[in-house]
Amino acid sequence: MSIELKNVTKKFGEVTAVNDVSFSVNEGELMALLGPSGGGKTTVLRMIAGLEMPTTGDVFIRGQRVNDLSVQERNIGFVFQNYALFKNMNAFKNIAFGLKIKKWKRPDVEARVMELLKLFDLEGLEKRYPHQLSGGQRQRVAIARALAPKPGVLLLDEPFGAVDAKIRQELREWLVTLHHELNVTTIFVTHDQEEAMEVSNRTVIFSRGNLEQIGTPREVYEQPANEFVARFIGVMIVLELHVSKGVARLNELEFPSHGLPDGERLRIGFRPYSVQISSDVKAYRYRAILRHTYFLGVMLRVELELPSGLLIRARMTKEEYAFQGLADGKDVSFQIRQYRVLAREGEKLAPEVAVTHDVPLTLGEGI
Amino acid sequence: MAEKKFNALPGFGLTMGFTIFYLSAIALIPIAGLFLKTLEISLTDFWRLATTDRALAAYELTFGASLVAALANALFGTVLAWVLVRYEFPGKRFIDALVDFPFALPTAVAGLTLANLFADNGWLGQWLVPLGIKGAFTPLGVIIALTFVGMPFAVRTLQPVLENLEREVEEAAATLGASRVRTFFSIIAPTLLPTIITGFALAFARAVGEYGSIVFISGNQPFKTEIAPYLIVMRLDEYDYTGAVALAVVLMVISFAMLYVINWLETWSSRFQN
Repeated sequence: MSIELKNVTKKFGEVTAVNDVSFSVNEGELMALLGPSGGGKTTVLRMIAGLEMPTTGDVFIRGQRVNDLSVQERNIGFVFQNYALFKNMNAFKNIAFGLKIKKWKRPDVEARVMELLKLFDLEGLEKRYPHQLSGGQRQRVAIARALAPKPGVLLLDEPFGAVDAKIRQELREWLVTLHHELNVTTIFVTHDQEEAMEVSNRTVIFSRGNLEQIGTPREVYEQPANEFVARFIGVMIVLELHVSKGVARLNELEFPSHGLPDGERLRIGFRPYSVQISSDVKAYRYRAILRHTYFLGVMLRVELELPSGLLIRARMTKEEYAFQGLADGKDVSFQIRQYRVLAREGEKLAPEVAVTHDVPLTLGEGI
Repeated sequence: MAEKKFNALPGFGLTMGFTIFYLSAIALIPIAGLFLKTLEISLTDFWRLATTDRALAAYELTFGASLVAALANALFGTVLAWVLVRYEFPGKRFIDALVDFPFALPTAVAGLTLANLFADNGWLGQWLVPLGIKGAFTPLGVIIALTFVGMPFAVRTLQPVLENLEREVEEAAATLGASRVRTFFSIIAPTLLPTIITGFALAFARAVGEYGSIVFISGNQPFKTEIAPYLIVMRLDEYDYTGAVALAVVLMVISFAMLYVINWLETWSSRFQN
């Protein structure tokens, strides 16, 4: 086990930034700390680095309790969001800085820096100062600088935040490749769930200082631990149902009451892909009109209007759409193949979902 | 035919024209006048007037004391700016306001006050003089007065740059194992150096031209505590205009040469910036 946090809490004055968080990272793992801004993920990263001290709780690196170790002694590599390169040093000297501190011999320093320049595709740029480098190059210099002294752990704070979308995609793939080659335990912070899912082996999800779930991308997507995770990872359509006569309903839609008595409310969620649509109006249980089709690339988004005026925005592939012979204005039938019970009335709800919807209601993305 | 370059900012012709006119009226024409005045005398006469023993002693004091004062300001002004930007303490705003004081105070008042303080029976003088530190009517007094008037330049130029230092850069150095001292000397100091040199240049330029405060504290003894600007005023009092102009031209040429060198140093030390 490479890194372990045990009941770590961090308070800044009255504000609790991190609340009783425990998790561990395995040797060689590529871990994402994911959550909305202000969720406490950067604070967790900084506590592992030693840039912040936990108010209570312990941090372990390779079995050693490091609470009392200074930043300098922890042997970590840290990449800052804005890279924090040394402006007065060229790329070579930036990367060599940590090695000189560790009193490496000069030929060794040169060999190591050259090796990293090559690995990071920065050859020929070693004499450039930070302001003479592009955003992507600066970031690679920052990562090379952090990795140069062979740290036990590499920590990255929002590594892809400051570059444009196309470069971001390249950098993601590049980080995965790099991690594969070096196999150094890596933790990165991101607020982008897609990024966390694509890059990491496992993801830790934070919200408001609390650890909501930890798991592989597949686990957090398919088995979200709670409503927050369900809604944060991927798109989830949420329905609030009223139980009457043993059935949970919203307009025409009916679901099992899951044992709740009449008069109570039940909240369920489903992915937009779980809506099955057929041009055969008798194929499925519910009737609707296909109001509008949005082209998203491989996927299409279709807007279904139920007789009661309820709108549902589902997703399907182009092939499925063509196979079914769908078109705007067509009568269709649909069913919801899979859904999850998110919360029962009286249970703690994430504040952002604690709103009741009135009919007619639009469901799905963009509501 | 050269293509007209597009510039997003309008009014280059107008502003540049105004700049040249303004600089000419304020600086170039008076300076040119000064040089023209020297044409009234022969080169040998000029040389004789500009390099009397008394004049040489005055140049030495003016430039020597100005350099020492500007160095002191560069060093202690940096410490002062550092403390004002980096730390919170009671009375910070008051001290911050105090820094501008030498800007506002009439220099003659400053000179009189300092002379009184450092006189044999003054508040400070009564303790310092028995220790052999004579502040009034000595070259040391000249240095003290010049340091006083130059101090705000060093502090005020550095403050904004210090405020803009990224905290993360220091943290990055720490994660790489660098101690606070190492971080300061390897990263912070080189980043600040160009600005410190700018502050030094400003304080130096101010000191070379200083007159008001010096005449009171130095005593103006020829060959000992007489500064070049004072000697010029003396010549003017004697209606010896050519003598005054000769001194002024020398003062100006040396000042310009030194400022040019300092400017080059500044560019060199900021080679890593845009």
